[in-house]
Amino acid sequence: MTDIFGVPLLALLGQMLLGLVNGSFYALLSLGLAVIFGLLNVINFAHGAFYMMGAFAAWGLLTLTGIGYFGALVLVPPLIGGVGLIVDRLLLKRIAHLDPLYGLLLTFGLALILEGGFRYQFGVSGESYDVPESLQGALDLGFMVIPKYRLWVIAVSTLVCLVTWFVIEKTRLGSYLRAATENPTLTQAFGINVPLMVSLTYGFGVALAGLAGVMAAPIFQVAPLMGSNLIIVVFAVVVIGGMGSILGSVVTGLSLGLIEGLTKVYWPEASSTVVFLLMALVLVLRPAGLFGRQT
Amino acid sequence: MTAAEYIRVSNLHAFYGESHILHGLDFSLRRGECLALLGRNGAGRSTTLRALMGLISQRTGSIMINGVEAIHLPAHRIARLGLGYCPEERGIFASLSCEENLLMPPLVAPGGLSLEELYALFPNLRERRHSPGTRLSGGEQQMLALARILRTGARTLLLDEISEGLAPVIVQRLGEVVHLLKARGYTVLLVEQNFRFAAPLCDRMIVLEQGAIALEVSGPEALAHHQEQLHQMLGI
Repeated sequence: MTDIFGVPLLALLGQMLLGLVNGSFYALLSLGLAVIFGLLNVINFAHGAFYMMGAFAAWGLLTLTGIGYFGALVLVPPLIGGVGLIVDRLLLKRIAHLDPLYGLLLTFGLALILEGGFRYQFGVSGESYDVPESLQGALDLGFMVIPKYRLWVIAVSTLVCLVTWFVIEKTRLGSYLRAATENPTLTQAFGINVPLMVSLTYGFGVALAGLAGVMAAPIFQVAPLMGSNLIIVVFAVVVIGGMGSILGSVVTGLSLGLIEGLTKVYWPEASSTVVFLLMALVLVLRPAGLFGRQT
Repeated sequence: MTAAEYIRVSNLHAFYGESHILHGLDFSLRRGECLALLGRNGAGRSTTLRALMGLISQRTGSIMINGVEAIHLPAHRIARLGLGYCPEERGIFASLSCEENLLMPPLVAPGGLSLEELYALFPNLRERRHSPGTRLSGGEQQMLALARILRTGARTLLLDEISEGLAPVIVQRLGEVVHLLKARGYTVLLVEQNFRFAAPLCDRMIVLEQGAIALEVSGPEALAHHQEQLHQMLGI
């Protein structure tokens, strides 16, 4: 068997695949954060909590109503997105005219309350959620065996990211969004209902977190703190990619997953730190991020 | 409000935070008319346009646009009454290409110019259609800012300092276009610093001083009569 720098190729590929799966979640979550930051100027600290609620919603649908994974994949994003709309209408709209710092503090507090509530109800260890039957088992590619569900996660999140990118960069609706991100006042003066668009954008970003939560449920434990464990890395991804950059968050999300996976192979102790080292490096060399607009 | 009056502004006050900028403006704009708002920097000309467009949240008084009271309407509803706004800073979107900038403002009424007509009017824009909006020269950006509101079907144009900082040949071109638009029946509210640009285009002039109307002049005879006073007020 071939070795690469003393590591068997199969082990390397396995870790890279795991890295890509993690990267898919980073990409989905940081994409939502980027879209929200772009238009609302809110650093949405509640994103991890919405992701966790997405996983719990999938679990709840299954245990209470018997609706399975694919049903949850369709139902949960609008449900969690709806929660986002309510949060925007009741809370974020009231502080929209204040310094962006208030949005950060508000969503941070909201995350603590939500996670505390779920911890109170479900305990720390959480619940388990099975991989749907049709996606169980593994695919033999000849040179390696891949669990089907992992492939599914990578495929779905890549597709969702591509569609989002396409809508924002290539369509009329996307041009409204880009215009409003740049100059909301003037965009509204052209007759576009910017406040409504802001609400829907927040709802959409939050719905993406909900979708990520459903997809994470069968892989990770459905637990109240699953979001807060992940969100710190996701914020690092957003900073490295460039705040508010759509393409940046997707590319950076996937590649940081890969880099993390590779670090696990070659220097396991550093695997949880490497993302932050990269973030520090990027901040020194390109303060606006890899894909951010340098000003 | 008479039928010919398209916009009637009564007792308009506007505030930025603590500062009181407009002090009870009264004026009207007839359909097909070109009215110039003149005055020195800080006299409140741009603020008047911003208040009309609903871009200043603290405003009182009355703004009737085509029979609709607009003082409490949000900006996006005001635009849909048929107003096209060309801001002083031009407001070209950097993240949109030249053509995307042109296509961005939604239609507010039927009868706007088509993309082809706009490119015929401003041939430079056709050449730069795929360039990012802010890579265009100052003159091209100004043409783009004007062109994109002509596509929307708006029949009333609020133009803020469109001649500012541009080469004479471009200013002349913009003057020709405004002249053409007037001939086509557009209603134009022109905010200007450049008296020589505005004078041949407009039917009436209002001079603002410290947020109030200091002088209103209509017709070439009155213009000649007030020449001295105008020069003094505008510092030209």
